[in-house]
Amino acid sequence: MSEIPEQLSYTAEHEWVAHDEVTIVGITAYAVEELGEIVFVELPAVGDKVTAGTPCGEIESTKAVSEIYAPMSGEVIEVNDVLETSPEVLGDDPYGDGWLFKLRTDDEEYALLDADGYRRLIEA
Amino acid sequence: MTRLTPLHEVHVALGARMIDFAGWDMPVWYGSATDEHHAVRSAAGLFDLSHMAELFVTGSEAAAAIDWALLIEASDMPVGRARYSMMCNEAGGIIDDLIVYRLADEEFMIVANASNGPTVFAEMQERAAEFDARVVDRTDEFALVAVQGPKAEEIVLRLTGPELGDLRYYRVAEVELLGQTAYAARTGYTGEDGFELFVPAAVGTSLWKALLDTGAEDGLVPVGLAARDTLRLEAGMPLYGHELTLETTPFDVGSARLVKSKPGGFVGADALATAADEPHDVLIGLIVDGRRPAREGYAVLDGAGGEDRIGVVTSGAPSPTLDRNIAIARVHRTVETGETVTIDVRGTATPAEVVELPFYRRPQ
Repeated sequence: MSEIPEQLSYTAEHEWVAHDEVTIVGITAYAVEELGEIVFVELPAVGDKVTAGTPCGEIESTKAVSEIYAPMSGEVIEVNDVLETSPEVLGDDPYGDGWLFKLRTDDEEYALLDADGYRRLIEA
Repeated sequence: MTRLTPLHEVHVALGARMIDFAGWDMPVWYGSATDEHHAVRSAAGLFDLSHMAELFVTGSEAAAAIDWALLIEASDMPVGRARYSMMCNEAGGIIDDLIVYRLADEEFMIVANASNGPTVFAEMQERAAEFDARVVDRTDEFALVAVQGPKAEEIVLRLTGPELGDLRYYRVAEVELLGQTAYAARTGYTGEDGFELFVPAAVGTSLWKALLDTGAEDGLVPVGLAARDTLRLEAGMPLYGHELTLETTPFDVGSARLVKSKPGGFVGADALATAADEPHDVLIGLIVDGRRPAREGYAVLDGAGGEDRIGVVTSGAPSPTLDRNIAIARVHRTVETGETVTIDVRGTATPAEVVELPFYRRPQ
């Protein structure tokens, strides 16, 4: 069973959300395992307005392209530039150095899963 | 209802990432598809191919029935020979690509793609109906395990004895494996030397484990479908559903040499005789600029400035051996080696260089 940090929130599209001073978004270890070796990450641009549940970027593995869905609505205030030159960092450390982007958001968090909810989702 | 090969428990125990492939639960990788790919090129890889279909054609007119049903000239195949061929429909469209093995004067084994097994079986039965020939689907009786790579012969011969070393490329022979009668064929889908071993299903897992036990010291590793795809892509080998479809004739995919004029005729002969003189597509190899792979379905545009669509990417992936993104495309005009074309990679016009297939040839 892949790692599911307790303090994070999750989506059914295998994103995680951290609530610090800003909202940080990434993809889960489960997603990384499914994807395999990551060769390219396309992130939204700083300043982009994103809508919860709609695609805002792409992650390409050796096998296929997958979409990144915005977990909440808001404005992108920072993106993880490291992934542009070193996409493998995402696979190596999905909850740490492999974060995707940061959001300023007024959205409620009730639509997200907690760690238990996500665990049940992927065990199903 | 997902089907399981006789080796399914082994893949699960090894922690393979499993996917549905043509209705079978198959390993796509065991750890790193790139590492598995490199292992096949440098040492050896072990593949479970039990999902592929084994159709047996027997009887006094088995060869004639196959001559009618497929492109192949079966009647002049010596016993012990394997040949690559195709089944076409009345319009000359490709139903499947397959390998035919002559096991005896009146016994042939046809190995078809897992995705087309039921279709090929039904067509074979129908096409053989007028001949003194029986067609039987014996897929479930076999486990099919392949060992491919420069160390494959050394490893397999430890289990079979040295005589198998004399088996030449595209030949098949009966062998004793783990006390069972089995077939060994010197065929493969990787561009490396190797064997495909057809054993009774009940000993599939024993064979797998025996090969890993003896081959581990040589670097033998299990290899999943992801690496299988990048290996065949580098070797310039077509994949049904990508390069080959019902909408392509053998002429469209560089397989004119498979189309024979046969006195008894064959299904699709008339359409192919016409198609032989008409314009057709060509398959080309491409080395793609940039970091994003070109994938099946991406448009191929003319020249460096690329506006006119000249074809479509049929397969593409990062090539572990070349360390470049490579692709095969089907285009409707001839191109020159070294020419630049443009691929629409998810909205970005991306240059690609036309190269000859295959991308990789093993050192002889």
